[in-house]
Amino acid sequence: MSLFDPGLNLSAYYPGTLPPEWPGGYWIHWGVFVVIILAFVLLMAMGFIWLERREVGRFQARLGPNRVGPFGVLQPVADAIKVLTKEDIIPAKGDKLVYWLAPVVAFVPVLMVFAVVPFQDGALLADLNIGILYVVAISSVSVVGVFMAGWSSNNKYSLLGAMRAVSQLVSYEIPLGLSILGVVVLAGSLSLNSIVEAQHIPFILLQPLGFLIYMAAAAAEINRTPFDLLEADSEIVAGFHTEYSGMKFALFYLVEYCEVLAVSVIVTTLFLAGWKGPLLPPLLWFLIKVFGVFTVIVWVRATVPRLRVDQVMAFAWKCLLPLALINLLITGIQVLVWPEVLPWAVVFLNLAIMVVLILLWSKFFKLGGGRVEV
Amino acid sequence: MLANYGYIGLFLVVAIFFAATTILLPVALRFLKIVPRKPNPAKSSAYECGMETIGRTWVQFNFRYYFYALVFLALDVMVVFLYPWAVELRGLGYSGFVGILVFILIIAVGYFYAWKKGVLEWK
Repeated sequence: MSLFDPGLNLSAYYPGTLPPEWPGGYWIHWGVFVVIILAFVLLMAMGFIWLERREVGRFQARLGPNRVGPFGVLQPVADAIKVLTKEDIIPAKGDKLVYWLAPVVAFVPVLMVFAVVPFQDGALLADLNIGILYVVAISSVSVVGVFMAGWSSNNKYSLLGAMRAVSQLVSYEIPLGLSILGVVVLAGSLSLNSIVEAQHIPFILLQPLGFLIYMAAAAAEINRTPFDLLEADSEIVAGFHTEYSGMKFALFYLVEYCEVLAVSVIVTTLFLAGWKGPLLPPLLWFLIKVFGVFTVIVWVRATVPRLRVDQVMAFAWKCLLPLALINLLITGIQVLVWPEVLPWAVVFLNLAIMVVLILLWSKFFKLGGGRVEV
Repeated sequence: MLANYGYIGLFLVVAIFFAATTILLPVALRFLKIVPRKPNPAKSSAYECGMETIGRTWVQFNFRYYFYALVFLALDVMVVFLYPWAVELRGLGYSGFVGILVFILIIAVGYFYAWKKGVLEWK
């Protein structure tokens, strides 16, 4: 059966994902959602850039950008135009081909994440039945682009930054995958739409420890403060994008904010019940939650100082990984013992378990000042 | 289900096209004399706070990264194996849980061995 066949009823294959009356449903669905995703990602990334600068400004008792447009909302547009008209400086001794390819390799996987994100019930490009596994797999490809950038610049600081990026991603990939598993156990599905539908109460209540582990591991994967070692300005200039300028630098900057957007969206979907909510339309709930998660990430950035590299590694391998495993096993036992969930007892039980485990581990490892012996 | 992967594949083409266009836009603008191009040796040398680069950049690096990569490989494969079990946990029941517990314990022995050997230390 051809995809061009107008009689092909695709909604029979996956009900709920396609308005069945659309003529040539496949291609229209694809076109509409590609436009929606590109617009969503670019607008939200620009909004995030503005919001982050304003919020960090407020945290540091200053105003932030406030000249271009009302409240400075057009500042990202002005920045984009400036960066577009800047000279492209290419390091003479660098590896030219890899240098040009790196921003593309870093950007494409981040954009691909949004293909499986449900904006509201069934409103997504492709409802893959392996949804969250696809997100975990493809979002870590981005670091290949970062490493290509650091390696091809022929700059020692860039190479150091790239090395740190890879080792950090490798370390935090495991707690990230394990904390998602807790949600998968509860929902019994990998499809993001089914996970949202399974959340009669948001999974953040049933999985408080998993939520914290996911937030920490994701912040490390996307290199946000307190884990932004790969662009620690005081040590290695600007890390992997020291040699980048003009539009290629802008693309790396965009990658950074698209990654934050991706993490906010995934946290919203996995732990905060996605588009579900009373009274307001689903899409609005989705956006409110995404902005809320982003504000928490900015808050963490404005509050916590940067960690040392040995602290970052010890935190991943000795703290997050065992906690994530214990969390997964406890969740498994709970699902087996109470197949029909009795929420409120479990909520308080899990909160208590979280507090006990975190206190226990903070007794094990003192990650505070001075030389660390972990 | 294959139709869904078609969406992903087609979207990949659009994503690559989008990123490539963004990169190549300044190249097009250079011909319109909007983006300047005046390279000189100092500008296109490596940025190292005003100093000349000493020696090659692409040298051998610390093997500490290699240890982390090895431990990562074992544990990440474990995580991937846990995914199918997590989806079908309700169907598999207690026997599946005990099976996966044994599996995790086997990996955990290796993990604690690596810990005791000091592989996880960054020094």
